[in-house]
Amino acid sequence: MAVVGPLSRIARIGSTFCRNNSLIFSRSSQRRGIVSCIDPSHGLTDEQKEFQKVAFDFAANEMAPHMADWDQKEIFPVETMRKAAQLGFGGIYVQPDVGGSGLSRLDTSIIFEALSTGCVSTTAYISIHNMCAWMIDTFGNNEQREKFCPDLCSMEKFASYCLTEPGSGSDAASLLTSAQKKGDHYILNGSKAFISGGGDTDVYVVMCRTGVKGPKGISCLVVEKGTPGLSFGKKEKKVGWNSQPTRAVIFEDCEVPVTNRLGEEGQGFNIAMKGLNGGRINIASCSLGAAHASVLLARDHLLVRKQFGEALANNQYLQFKLAEMATKLVASRLLVREAAKALQENHPDAVSLCSMAKLFVTDECFNICNQALQMHGGYGYLKDYAVQQFVRDIRVHQILEGQFVLLFVKMTAISRTKTASLDLCRNQRGDEDDHLQKSADGILMSLFSWITRTFLQHHMWSLCVYWLT
Amino acid sequence: MSKKKSFLAIELQIRVKPDHSGVVTDGVKHSMNPFCEIAVEEAVKLKEKKLMKEVVVVSCGPQQSQETIRTALAMGADRGIHVEVSGKDYETLGPLQVSKILAALAKKEDAQLIILGKQAIDDDCNQTGQMTAALLDWPQGTFASEVSLEKDGIKVVREIDGGLETIKISTPAVLTADLRLNTPRYATLPNIMKAKKKKIANVKPADLGVDLTSRLEVLRVDEPPQRQAGMKVETVDDLVSKLKDAGKV
Repeated sequence: MAVVGPLSRIARIGSTFCRNNSLIFSRSSQRRGIVSCIDPSHGLTDEQKEFQKVAFDFAANEMAPHMADWDQKEIFPVETMRKAAQLGFGGIYVQPDVGGSGLSRLDTSIIFEALSTGCVSTTAYISIHNMCAWMIDTFGNNEQREKFCPDLCSMEKFASYCLTEPGSGSDAASLLTSAQKKGDHYILNGSKAFISGGGDTDVYVVMCRTGVKGPKGISCLVVEKGTPGLSFGKKEKKVGWNSQPTRAVIFEDCEVPVTNRLGEEGQGFNIAMKGLNGGRINIASCSLGAAHASVLLARDHLLVRKQFGEALANNQYLQFKLAEMATKLVASRLLVREAAKALQENHPDAVSLCSMAKLFVTDECFNICNQALQMHGGYGYLKDYAVQQFVRDIRVHQILEGQFVLLFVKMTAISRTKTASLDLCRNQRGDEDDHLQKSADGILMSLFSWITRTFLQHHMWSLCVYWLT
Repeated sequence: MSKKKSFLAIELQIRVKPDHSGVVTDGVKHSMNPFCEIAVEEAVKLKEKKLMKEVVVVSCGPQQSQETIRTALAMGADRGIHVEVSGKDYETLGPLQVSKILAALAKKEDAQLIILGKQAIDDDCNQTGQMTAALLDWPQGTFASEVSLEKDGIKVVREIDGGLETIKISTPAVLTADLRLNTPRYATLPNIMKAKKKKIANVKPADLGVDLTSRLEVLRVDEPPQRQAGMKVETVDDLVSKLKDAGKV
C-alpha cells in the first residue's frame, strides 16, 4: 500500500539516529543532535539559520535547565528574559530606531520556535511582550514610541496585553471596560481577565470602550503600573504556563492621559485584530518548538526503553507513529512559515492563513506532544520528565488567541476566495526551483482539502446556515 | 587573526564509509569547533579592550566553511578570509597544510597575534598552533586559560598536566585556547545582520604559494570494536589464569 512505503522509510531513518551522548561542554546545544528530516533549518537563508542558531543555543543553555524549576516554583524569570532582550529578542519585529531588531514575521516565527524548545511558557510570554511593543511601535505617535519602546525592547520594562474580560472572550468586540473622557484624561472602569504577566509587568496595552457598542467604539490605551485606580486580582493557579503570572487587571476610576491613546478613538479593535494575526503565528510557532522537542524526547526514549526483549524502537507500530509525528511536525512548520510570509507581505489572505496556521498547528502539535508522552509510558506522567511540561504548556495554545472566531474567519475566506491561498504559494516561488516550495504546494493542497473536508463536513454546515440566515 | 575549523556535529551517529577510507560527511551538519569559538571570543574581547585593532577570522575548506566564518563575524570579528580547499585536497588537509596556509596569511596580513583553538574535536590533533608558530618562528602560548597583554609581551597562564604554568612571551605570537579561557558570547540579532555586510575574502592556497600535498596517507578507518560480553569468575586464581590464557598477562 502506498502509505506504508514512505512511513517505513522515515521510520528507518528515525531508528538509526543515536541518542544524545554525554556532552563535552554545557554550550553544546540540542541543535547539534538534530535529526535531518525534521531539521527546522530546511529552506532558511544563511542569516535566518544564524538567528535560529542563537535562539537554539540560548534555549538549550539558559532556559531548558530551568524550565522545570520555573514551572514548579512559578518563577517569572526576569533576569533570563533580560538576557534574551540583550540579544535582540525583546522587540524582534519592532523598528530599530526605537531599539527593536527590525526583523520579519518569518524570522520571528523561527526564533520563537527555537526558544520554545527551552521553555514554552517563557517564550509565549516573550511573544506577548513583543506583540505589545509592536503595537506601540506601529500605532503610536513618535512621543509614545520613544517613551515606551526602548524600555520594552531592552525589557527594562515588561508589557501585558489586556483584551479579554470575564464576560467577553471569543466575543471580544462586546467588551465592557469603559473609558470616559474627562478633560485630558480617560477614566477607566472595568476589569480584564486572564492577563499574562498581570501584576508583575509595567506597561499595559488596554482595549476599552470609548464610544458606541460593538467594535467601532473600542480604543486602545497604554496604562502604566502605579497609576492610581489600577489593581490586580489574585494570581491564578494554572495547569501550565506557570513561569508567567496570570491575574485579573482591575480599573477603578483609573485616570489615564489622553496622550496614552494609541491611534484614534474607535481604532482599538482594528489594532487588536492586527495584533492577533502576528500573535497567532507566534503562538503556533511556540507549539512547533514544543512538538519538535517532544519528538526528540520520544525518539530518545524509544531507543532506551526495552520491553519484550528489545528496544521499543524496534516496534513497527511505534516507528510508524514516530514517523507520523515527524510528518505532521514538518507540515505544521510549513504552514506557519507560509502564513508568516503572507503577513509580512500584507497578502490579502494573510488573516485567513494566520487563522489556519493557529488552528491547525496548535491542534497538531498538542497531539504530537501528547503522543510523545504516551510513548514514554508511565514515566511520561512524572514531572521528572520534560515531556509532560510541554503537553501542559501548549494545551492552552488551542484555547487563547481565538478558537471559535477562527473558524468563522477561515470559513468566510474559504467560501469567498477558494483558490487564493493556493495561488499564494505559486506567486512566492522565485526563479530558483526550490524543491521545498514545491513540497509546500503539495502539502498545503492536501492540508486545504483535509481542512475543508473535515471541518466543513462536521462543523461548518450548521454554522454556515447560521451565517447565511 | 583567529583560525576556525568546522567539524561534524558531535551527537550524530558517525558512520564509516564502506571502503573504510574515512567517515561519511555528506549531508551531515557541521558546526564551529568549540575551542575555536573560545579563540574567536578572546580575539573579540581583546579588540573591545582596545588592545587589538582588527580581528580577522580564517577558515580553510569547502564552500560551507563560509557559514562558520559568518558565525564568527556575528560574534564581533571584523572580516573573514576563506581559503578555498575542496575535494581531494580537503580530505587530506591536515595540521601541517593548514599551518603553512596560516603562516603565509600571517605574513601577508602582517598579523601580530594568531589565536587558535587548542585542538579540533574531530581529529584531536592539537598540532596546528604549534606548527604555525614553528613555521613563523614565533613564540607560542598553548593551552591558554588566561591571557593578558602587557607592555613588554603577553602573559599566558597555561593548563599543563602538572597544574598551571605562567609564561611571558613576546609579540608577534601564536596562542591556542583551552576550555577555561572564556565563555563564548551569543551573537546578537543586530550583530548577525551587521555581519552580512562584513567582507569575506576568497583566497586559493596556490595564491599563497602553499603546497598542499600530504605527507600522511590514511590507510584505514574502522569503528571502535563492538563491546564484547565479559565473564564472571569465582576466585582471584581463576582471574589470573583466564588473563594468562587470553594472553593479557
